[in-house]
Amino acid sequence: MSQDVESKVKAIIVDKLGVDESEVTADANFTNDLGADSLDTVELIMEFEKEFDLSIPDEDAENIATVGDATTYLSGKLS
Amino acid sequence: MSTRRVVVTGIGALTPIGKTAPDFWNGLVSGKNGVRHVEHFDTSDFATKFAAQIEDYEPTDYFDRKEARRLDKVAQYGIIASDEAIEDSKLDLDKINKDEVAVLVGTGIGGMETFYNQSVSFHEHGPRGVSPFFIPMLIPDIVSGQISIRHGFRGPNFCAVSACATGSHNIGLAYDAIRHGQSTYAIAGGTEAPVTRIGISGFNSMKAMSTRNDSPETASRPFDKDRDGFVLGEGAGIFVLEELESALERGARIYGEIAGYGFSADAYHITAPDPDGNGVILAMTKAMEAAGIKPEDVDHINMHGTSTPLGDVAESNTIKKVFGEHAEKINCNSTKSMHGHTLGAAGAIESIASLLSIYHGMVPPTINLENQDPECDLNYTANEAAVRDVEYALNNAFGFGGHNSTLVLKKYKD
Repeated sequence: MSQDVESKVKAIIVDKLGVDESEVTADANFTNDLGADSLDTVELIMEFEKEFDLSIPDEDAENIATVGDATTYLSGKLS
Repeated sequence: MSTRRVVVTGIGALTPIGKTAPDFWNGLVSGKNGVRHVEHFDTSDFATKFAAQIEDYEPTDYFDRKEARRLDKVAQYGIIASDEAIEDSKLDLDKINKDEVAVLVGTGIGGMETFYNQSVSFHEHGPRGVSPFFIPMLIPDIVSGQISIRHGFRGPNFCAVSACATGSHNIGLAYDAIRHGQSTYAIAGGTEAPVTRIGISGFNSMKAMSTRNDSPETASRPFDKDRDGFVLGEGAGIFVLEELESALERGARIYGEIAGYGFSADAYHITAPDPDGNGVILAMTKAMEAAGIKPEDVDHINMHGTSTPLGDVAESNTIKKVFGEHAEKINCNSTKSMHGHTLGAAGAIESIASLLSIYHGMVPPTINLENQDPECDLNYTANEAAVRDVEYALNNAFGFGGHNSTLVLKKYKD
């Protein structure tokens, strides 16, 4: 399950941020490492919501700053 | 201070008959046809199934994938043409004072495809389904903003929006910005990307577009008695305008001069032209007054000429009223016969056609003019380009809402 979450999260990030898959490591920070601006990060959260059919409250979204944060959070929600 | 002269030192064009300005010009003089069936979505239940389209357009030929996703096509086209115009001008962006560069690139509609896609997403997913990029990809002024961000231009930055007169109005305003000392340079023109499901549907509902589906390439036929509406087009046209002394100082190539403009309103109807042409007469008269010329000085008019039954007659009659006997000595044309009606880009793309006519001494044809409408009885430069030494050209552009703009373009002389 978490393998699946991770690969889906990676695919979204590669698509939305136009980065190479090799850059999308667990500790990669959306803003500092992957070049996302404030609008990009909002869009990423929305794409996670759509892909996994759940709602991510703003206070949770604020704590999702890295690829690892996203997979951990989403895996937790889906387990 | 005395007003300053404004010349064109760079040109960029992305059109259905050529993806660069030189290719556009070659297309124009050879009578190239840019109209074909729409294939990027299903048109089976559409009244019109064709449009003038940029050939083999791939955003990733110009932008990286992320950039392409963040830009509606309307902005992509404007950026591509402005990059070409800037390169063509040979302005050294590392040397010039970027505070002196205005950007006035307009669109009649804005990010139409974005509006459609996000509306569909809202319908499917509700408010949280709407992208944070929806508004910045939609708004018409974003094109000027994107161009300034791309190059660091900090001069006046906005756009006029006046439907199909947009490109022309923006060139007029940019001319003013330089003339009155606000800027030394301006990136000016128009862009449009309306070949979308919702775009074609809207114009079809107005009964404004040709439905000649069995022969799309003959559908845009201004002044022909069998014309049945305009053909939707897409693309962008951009000028680099520059204050004359600056251009001379750096030895820039000067394509020609902007000599004046006339803006007016029909004050008549939201979409139909005033059959008496009072607003258009006003625009053309004001433009010639501003340029300090008489009707007899005009050699060429690139008409609005959309291939609609009413519009072509009204504009032709208006030209006869303004120019009297001289009207028959003018090489008129409507290059929309080749590249379709590009809406907010039209006034800019067609001003490029007019200016290059001056520069090359040749007026491109109106193609598909097989049986000239007896009610349209000017010299429309039918089907073959004409060799003509053009000193002054007018360019007409009229927009829904009754907005009229006439630009006066002039051969550059010391």
